[in-house]
Amino acid sequence: MDATRRDFLKAGAATLSALGFDLQPAYAQARELKIARTTETRSTCPYCSVSCGVIIHTLGDKSKNVRPSVVHVEGDPDHPINRGSLCPKGVTLKQDIVNDRRLTQVLYRAPGSDRWEPRSWEFAIDRIARLFKQTRDARLREDCNALTAVGVIGGCTDSNENNYLLGKAFRAGLGVIPLEQQARI
Amino acid sequence: MKTLELKRVSATAAPAPGVREQATVSKYIDTTSCIGCKACEVACQEWNDLPAETTVQLGTYQTLPELTPNLWNLIRFNELDHDGALRWLMRKDQCMHCGDPGCLKACPAPGAIVQYMNGIVDFNQEACIGCGYCMTGCPFNIPKLNQKTQRVYKCTLCSDRVSVGLEPACIKACPTGCLQFGTKTQMLDLAGKRVAQLKGQGFEHAAVYDPPGVGGTGVVTVLAYGDQPELYALPKDPTIPLAVRIWKTPLKWLGSLAMTFGVVGTVLHYLRYGAKKAEE
Amino acid sequence: MASLAATFGRGAMTNGWTDIRNADVILAMGGNPAENHPVGFRFVMEARREHGAQLVSVDPRFNRTSAVADHFTQIRAGSDTAFLAGLIHYALSHDRYQAEYVRLFTNATFLVKEGYGFNEGEGLFTGWDARKKAYDKSTWNYELDAQGFAKVDPAMEHPRSVFQLMKKFYSRYTPEMVARICGCKAEDFVKAAGIITSSYTPDRAGTILYALGWTHHSFSVQLIHAAAMLQLLLGNIGIAGGGLNALRGHANIQGGTDCGVGYHNLPGYIPIPKADHQTLRQFLDAVTPKALRPNSMNFWSNTPKFVVSQLKAYYGAAAVSGNEFAYRDHPRLPAGENWSWAYIFDHMHEGRMEGFFSFGMNPVSNGPNSRKVLGALARLKWLVVAENFEQETAAFWRADIIELIGKKPADIATEVFLLPAANFAEKDGTFTNSARWIQWKWKAVDPPGEAKPDEEIIARVFLKVRELYEKEGGKAPEPVKHLNWWYSNPARPSLEEVAREINGWSLKSGQQLAKFADLEADGSTLSGNWLYTGMYTEAGNLTQRRSTADPGGLGAFPQWAYNWPANRRIMYNRCSADGQGKPWDAARPVIRWNGEKWTGDVPDYKADSPPEAALGPFIMLPEGVARFFVPGQFAEGPFTEHYEPAESPVENALHPRQSANPAVHRFGTEWDKLGGAGEFPIVCTTYRLTEHFHYWTKNNPYNMQLQPEFFVEISEELAKEKGIAGGDRVRITSARGSIEGKAMVTKRIRPMQVGGRTVHQIGFPIHWGFLGRGKQLGSLANLVTPTVVDPNSFAPEYKGFLVKLEKVS
Repeated sequence: MDATRRDFLKAGAATLSALGFDLQPAYAQARELKIARTTETRSTCPYCSVSCGVIIHTLGDKSKNVRPSVVHVEGDPDHPINRGSLCPKGVTLKQDIVNDRRLTQVLYRAPGSDRWEPRSWEFAIDRIARLFKQTRDARLREDCNALTAVGVIGGCTDSNENNYLLGKAFRAGLGVIPLEQQARI
Repeated sequence: MKTLELKRVSATAAPAPGVREQATVSKYIDTTSCIGCKACEVACQEWNDLPAETTVQLGTYQTLPELTPNLWNLIRFNELDHDGALRWLMRKDQCMHCGDPGCLKACPAPGAIVQYMNGIVDFNQEACIGCGYCMTGCPFNIPKLNQKTQRVYKCTLCSDRVSVGLEPACIKACPTGCLQFGTKTQMLDLAGKRVAQLKGQGFEHAAVYDPPGVGGTGVVTVLAYGDQPELYALPKDPTIPLAVRIWKTPLKWLGSLAMTFGVVGTVLHYLRYGAKKAEE
Repeated sequence: MASLAATFGRGAMTNGWTDIRNADVILAMGGNPAENHPVGFRFVMEARREHGAQLVSVDPRFNRTSAVADHFTQIRAGSDTAFLAGLIHYALSHDRYQAEYVRLFTNATFLVKEGYGFNEGEGLFTGWDARKKAYDKSTWNYELDAQGFAKVDPAMEHPRSVFQLMKKFYSRYTPEMVARICGCKAEDFVKAAGIITSSYTPDRAGTILYALGWTHHSFSVQLIHAAAMLQLLLGNIGIAGGGLNALRGHANIQGGTDCGVGYHNLPGYIPIPKADHQTLRQFLDAVTPKALRPNSMNFWSNTPKFVVSQLKAYYGAAAVSGNEFAYRDHPRLPAGENWSWAYIFDHMHEGRMEGFFSFGMNPVSNGPNSRKVLGALARLKWLVVAENFEQETAAFWRADIIELIGKKPADIATEVFLLPAANFAEKDGTFTNSARWIQWKWKAVDPPGEAKPDEEIIARVFLKVRELYEKEGGKAPEPVKHLNWWYSNPARPSLEEVAREINGWSLKSGQQLAKFADLEADGSTLSGNWLYTGMYTEAGNLTQRRSTADPGGLGAFPQWAYNWPANRRIMYNRCSADGQGKPWDAARPVIRWNGEKWTGDVPDYKADSPPEAALGPFIMLPEGVARFFVPGQFAEGPFTEHYEPAESPVENALHPRQSANPAVHRFGTEWDKLGGAGEFPIVCTTYRLTEHFHYWTKNNPYNMQLQPEFFVEISEELAKEKGIAGGDRVRITSARGSIEGKAMVTKRIRPMQVGGRTVHQIGFPIHWGFLGRGKQLGSLANLVTPTVVDPNSFAPEYKGFLVKLEKVS
């Protein structure tokens, strides 16, 4: 037997408190409900096509001086498909939103460079528009108004409205033919 | 203000003060409907704000070999050839919320482990002294010591949720409905029906796992191979370890003597871990 | 989806998630719904528990779905067609098909014109041109009468009736042939067939759940057509608990497809104009189908209304009748060109592209053949990626990634912009799920830092380009100037406004349109996508509806959100009732004729057309009925024939001389190598895990905890042969490259007997790469997959290719 002094001291101290009437901690509720006063927003899980309803709980009551952040995401019990349940991805959606790996600024990589450099949105939009116009002016196939030298892919986790805008702006407006998304693959 | 009344309190001779009658609540686990998605594993962690564990792929779908202080429920996977058919058994492992909780009996720290009137066995880390005796008292190998905080942790059955009328996070998440929550009477009824259905489908040994040796459990489990709970990493006839029983019954009168307490606790520790290495 | 549209008229899941609970028999094949759609799978589990439904799982692996199935059959990856063809033969030869349903609702009664045939020895249909490596499809058609309608034989006895041709065609697929091709036991197949075809009686409903396990083949469209044929034979389309349910992979690829994000379609499945459609009239004549039977509703005859209303949405005031509604502003597809995903990267690799935008897409990881994609991106002048997290495509020039093609960052001249984008919780708008439910979501929080929603990124790029054209002029500035950018905040269009535009309004009254029947071809209505007309009416934004009422008790939830088309929950639901309009199954009625009109679910039919008028129930097809025989549409034949994957360990057991799909295009870059069974003897397949979503959750601590690193599933037998233990490091090599990771030795994959020899099969999930949390290790699954695509849908063959396996010491 190799009981250490600390074991005895710990156990002894515990027993002493048992002899007294120091039971207060035992009554305390371990944790308050962390979503008791959060703001609830109905949303749809962005992963698979089941489209489970989720409730995003954010800090604060939407009053003007609060900066809401997501504290919890839980299934929407009213949603006819998931009735509150979620898979291991839906259950961890909070980490998809609040994540230290999220991109928070425009990053630019110059030709030949081996690093990202932070830039402003103005720089990015101006430069992208300029490059786009150069390519379009040089490569537009005027016989059928088609631009095949620029491609656009996206939208599998974007709203219908954004999918529609992709087609409207890039194809109907700018003439882009290679417009594709995840559905193909 | 408390909404969960106490039934039992660790290391306390005084009777628990709860008087309100509250139905015993229970989880239900139908292992034959589990797809091992692990939504319950992370629903629990997310709700309880527990940090993710660093894991490695060990040649299985199982997240970790055992529960940890930060992972309070774990799907145990077992693939085997059984009666000429390939089976991939999955069971959600977590605190069973025993009717007669060995952890509580073994605990020397007053108020560190409580059993509420509704049957939930809860650990109170503020009163926990980190001695680990509860781990010895548990026949299911559930409580886990956090080395950093020197406190023991396990499933609370989401007592914070249940106390305000919500279901536990793991139950709510479960996509297939293999997890259910309600009164123990309801869960036993559900389990009985499912077992009858399984028997009709040819699982002649289908059974409900609710072992009497620990006073029944607050987790009612349906097993297709009820005669072999060990296939699901469940003990066949779990009981509170002998040492805990000895201490709590014939030696009960000694219960409030500090030195005895320490010695018995150390014996328990020894039984569980063997000789303790000097680490301080 | 190309397959479903060709067979039934619309390319989407026929029923819905909540309806799966009504099934008696569920076949999960070409998908692993427990793994990939666990919450949708709850309806399978409820059907099993509540009324004893039977679940059959057919897959290369004993997977999470198999774990709860009543019957499991392991088949070789890439052999699914033979299994389904065997089921068709089994149903036909055992009289286990719903004859009256087939006679009423399918083209089984149609006569095929003389000259059509199939050469069983050569494995080719009539019309093959070996030089062009393509079919002349003119013989794959119906015999027409003087009015241009197809001739029919209601008795289905004519030797050239589709029914008789089908019966003969599939007679080759005996259980023994199925076993030989699939590597399963004939008795396992027969047992599965007995359960699956038990749904042929009118009082039993059977559903098929499939996903990427069927779409990821070089014969995927034909494969899914075979499943559609089976469901038609069993009378399972249009009924509650039935259907052919394509479980889409992502939150809104259904909506993206509906909204025209695909090079070949405009919103609402209107084909993109081709270069030779010089005028709107030429275009409309080419794409508006003519009825093939006198009783066919031929809904697509409304195409001109859809197109003109869309042109009004696009070009607004600039679109007038005098200029053919600015039709000439819209781009037209250059003759003979293909700009689908795999072709884009092939063309890019050839230097035919300069710039590229990727909104939340990661082709280095998610496209086939990662090295080819890297080689392609390296030839771009500029690349714009809008994302939540840094990912492999945006960072393709990084030293550790570009090294995969033997280059260094300094070699890459591409200018790259990585734009921080808002995620789902940080913007509103609608997603369309697999069940075609269009559901609004509300914004919960602002995006972090300087991240912006995509609508703002799209708008600001477009407006800046427009500004440059206005200031400086340039090539073909008209469409850029004409585009109808009417939004209250042009730089950040409100998605409510965009949703209203997608639905459309009357230009006369200014009122939102209530239904697509209100659209006009004279320029008096505007609608971005006719298919979604009805989602945002004068009654408000119906995608926000949240009533949980379920009047029929069958899980229809008609007042929850909005379900295209026309809020119908079960498509082709006319087929749920018999010739007199009485539900086949009184316990599960979908619609019924009450003497005046069809009641129940929104009828997928003319609501007041009496049963005796015998209007065809498949209103989107010119035949009015569903197609077993698909005239002149698919690249490789009107009936589905089994072809081997592009890389296969065996020759085609039916016709060794035509082993693989003859219509498959071979790409020719240096990365497009195919391997043979000599060097690469193991069949390999890729898949997804329930713990991860694609290449996103590798950034999340919890998901990485659940599945921390790349692994390969291998059988105990193969492990023994190679001296591999679970947890050992192994290398998988294909003709494209190799990938390393941990071995998972399992009983859940077993070696098979195929073509008289033992064939091993392995597989691995796809979720890791270079950028993320924890152990990424460069484990990009698509380093080994080939750029081989289906000739109809152009989906890549991620499943069923060849590799070799070694232990890494």
